[in-house]
Amino acid sequence: MSTYEAHGTYTPTSGIGKWIDARMPLPRMMYDSFVAYPVPRNLNYAYTFGGILSLMLVSQIITGVVLAMHFVASTGMAFTSVESIMRDVNHGWLLRYMHSNGASFFFVAVYLHMFRGMYYGSYKAPRELLWILGCIIYLLMMATGFMGYVLPWGQMSFWGATVITGFFTAFPLIGEWVQQLLLGGYAVGDPTLNRFFSLHYLLPFMIAGVVVLHVWALHVTGQTNPTGIEVKSKTDTVAFTPYATIKDAFAMMVFFAVFAYFVFYLPNFLGHPDNYIEADPLVTPAHIVPEWYFLPFYAMLRAITFNIGPIDSKLGGVLVMFGSIALLFVMPWLDTSKVRSAVYRPWYKLFFWIFVADAIFLGWLGSKPAEGLYTSLAQIATLYYFAFFLIILPVLGLIETPRRMPNSITEAVLARSKKSGAQQVAGGAAASPETRG
Amino acid sequence: MKHIIATIGAAALAMTLVLPGANAQEEGGAAEEGTVHYPLKHPVEQEWSFAGPFGKYDKAQLQRGLKVYSEVCAACHSLKRVAFRDLEDLGYSEEQVKSFAANYDVQDGPNADGEMFTRAGLPTDYFPSPYENDEQAKVANGGAVPPDFSLIAKARGVERGFPRFIFDVFTQYAEGGPDYVYSLLTGYGEEPPAHVNVPEGLHYNPHFVSGVALAMAQPLYGDDVTYDDGTASTIEQEAHDVAAFQMWAAEPHLTERKEMGFRVMVFLVLFSVFLYLAKKQVWSRVEH
Repeated sequence: MSTYEAHGTYTPTSGIGKWIDARMPLPRMMYDSFVAYPVPRNLNYAYTFGGILSLMLVSQIITGVVLAMHFVASTGMAFTSVESIMRDVNHGWLLRYMHSNGASFFFVAVYLHMFRGMYYGSYKAPRELLWILGCIIYLLMMATGFMGYVLPWGQMSFWGATVITGFFTAFPLIGEWVQQLLLGGYAVGDPTLNRFFSLHYLLPFMIAGVVVLHVWALHVTGQTNPTGIEVKSKTDTVAFTPYATIKDAFAMMVFFAVFAYFVFYLPNFLGHPDNYIEADPLVTPAHIVPEWYFLPFYAMLRAITFNIGPIDSKLGGVLVMFGSIALLFVMPWLDTSKVRSAVYRPWYKLFFWIFVADAIFLGWLGSKPAEGLYTSLAQIATLYYFAFFLIILPVLGLIETPRRMPNSITEAVLARSKKSGAQQVAGGAAASPETRG
Repeated sequence: MKHIIATIGAAALAMTLVLPGANAQEEGGAAEEGTVHYPLKHPVEQEWSFAGPFGKYDKAQLQRGLKVYSEVCAACHSLKRVAFRDLEDLGYSEEQVKSFAANYDVQDGPNADGEMFTRAGLPTDYFPSPYENDEQAKVANGGAVPPDFSLIAKARGVERGFPRFIFDVFTQYAEGGPDYVYSLLTGYGEEPPAHVNVPEGLHYNPHFVSGVALAMAQPLYGDDVTYDDGTASTIEQEAHDVAAFQMWAAEPHLTERKEMGFRVMVFLVLFSVFLYLAKKQVWSRVEH
C-alpha cells in the first residue's frame, strides 16, 4: 500500500492465525494499522480526538439501534413512543439520554478535532484529501444530527425542520421543488418524519464508511505532529501499540467521564425545554433555535439582513451559511504558508485564536433573538469568519516570518526534555519495547 | 506578540463582562423601548429534595403533591402519560394503587354490542383527561388549553444567561422547571404596573413566560387541601409539593439516574487514574 506503514512485521504464531492470514489479510491489516503503525512520538492530547470520535460513533450507533426498536416514526406516535422509552423501556431513559447527549459530545469532539487540524496545519499537503474526507464526515454528521433532532417530534423538532427546509425556497426556479422533495409534501408532516427516520438510520453507516476512508488516507501519509515537520527517521516515531493505544484510552476515559456527567446529572442542559412540548403546527414557539452545534451557522444566516444586487437577503443568508461550510473544503488551497504548524507561525496563531473566539461568539449570538445590537455583532463576526479564510490565510502565508524550526521531531523532543531536565537517552535512539533486554 | 495577544485578551474579557448588559432587557425589562422579554420576573430559586448529585424524591412530598393535583388541578389539567401503576413509586402499595384507580371512571370499548362503556379504573390505565378533546378544553378555559402536567416540569425553563449558565454546569442546576412553576403559582396577587395593559379575561402574573397575563386564574390560596400527614397546607407548601409532583411525573427515574450516575462517575474517575498511571509507565521508556 504505502511505504509509510510498518509492512510485513506481522507473523502469526497460532494455528488459527496462520490459517486466516493465508486466506484473508484482515488481521494483518489490523496489526499493520493499529499495532506496528508508527506515530510521531511528540503527539499531544489534541491528537486523541480521532479515537474519541470513533468511540462516540460506536456509542451513537449502539444506542440508536436499540432506540429504533422502540421508536415509532409517525406524527401521532413519535412523541409518545419517546416518552414510553423514557418511562417504560428498561433503562430506556439511559439509552435516550446517552443518545441525545452523545450527539452533542460527538460535536464537541469534532470541533476540537477540527480546531486541532486548523492549528497544526493537518489540512496542508499531502493531507488535503484526508481533510476533505473529514469535511464530508462533518457534513454527514450535521445532516444526521439535524434529522435526529426532528424525530422526537417536539415543538423545536417540528419548527426547526420547518425553518431549515424553508432555506431551500431561497433558491430561484428550483427552490420550491427541492423543498417539496425533501419534505415529501408542502409542509413538514408524516412523510417528512418517515424519511428523516430512514435517512437518520442510514447516514451513520455512511459516516462509518467515510471514516474508514479517512483513516486509510491518514495511514498513507502518517500523522502530522505539533512541530509540523514530517517524520524523517525511525527515531521520530513510536509504535501505535502500546504508546498511542494507552494514551488514546486514557483520553477516551476522561472524555467519557465528562460525557457521563452530563448524561446522569445534566441530561437536558444542552437541549431546549420547548422540545418537551408535542409538535403543534398551529403554535409557533417564541424563539426557534437549532441545537447548539448549529448556532454559529444560524447566526451567520440571520446576519444577512440586506440585499446585494439581485440576491435578496434570504438567499444571501443561505449562501453565506452554505459558503461558510464550503470554505472549509478548500482551506488547503487558501493557506499559502510553507510552514505547517501554528507553533512556528506567531501571526497565524493570533488570528487562529481570534477565529476560535469568533466561532464561540457566533454560537452565542445564534442563541439570541435576531434584533438590534445582536444583528450588528453577528455581521461583524461573520465578516471576520470569511476574512479569516479569504484574506488572512492567503495573505499571511506570503508575508509572515515564521519562527526558527527544529530540524526534526527527534531534535524537538530531545531539546524539550533537555530543558525540563529529564533523563537523557544516549545516542538519540528511543528505547523501544522490542529491544529491551 | 505576547503583548498584542494580552491586549486582545483583555479587550475580549472586558466585552464578555459588558455584553451581558445587553441582556438586561430580558431581566425585568418592562418599561423599555425595544421588545419586552418575558417573564418579567425570573423564577426564584427554591430548595428541592431532588436537586444536586445525591438528590432524590421525597415520597411524602410526592404524595402531598398528588393530593393537590387530584383535588385542585385535575379539574382542568390532564396527566395523560402517567399510569396509576406508576404511583407505586410514591410509596403506595399495590392494593392502595388499585383502590385509587378504581375511584376513577375510564372509557373503554367497544364491547360485544359495539358500544363504548365506562368502567372503574385499573392500575394499567392512565390518568383520564378532564376534557374529551382540546376544543372542549378551550371552550371551558377562555380559549386556552390547560397544558398537560406529564412533562411540564421539563417543558418550562427560563434562560439564565451568561455567565450563570456556566456556573449551572458545576452546581448541577436542573430545577428551572419546578422553580418556574413554584414562582408562577405564588406570583399572583400583584397589581399590574400602570403602563401594562392586561387583556380582558386574563390574569396578571409577572412570572408568566409567554406574556404579562395568562388565562389561568390563581389556582392556590392556601388551605385548598387537607394533607393526610398533617402538614400545614400553606400556599408555599402546596406550590412546592405540586411542583415536586410534576417533576416526578416528568422524570420518574431521576433518583435511579443519579444513584447510577454516582457509581458510574466513581468507576470512570478511578479507571481514568489507572489508565493515566499505565500511560505514564508505558511512556517512561521514551523521551517525549
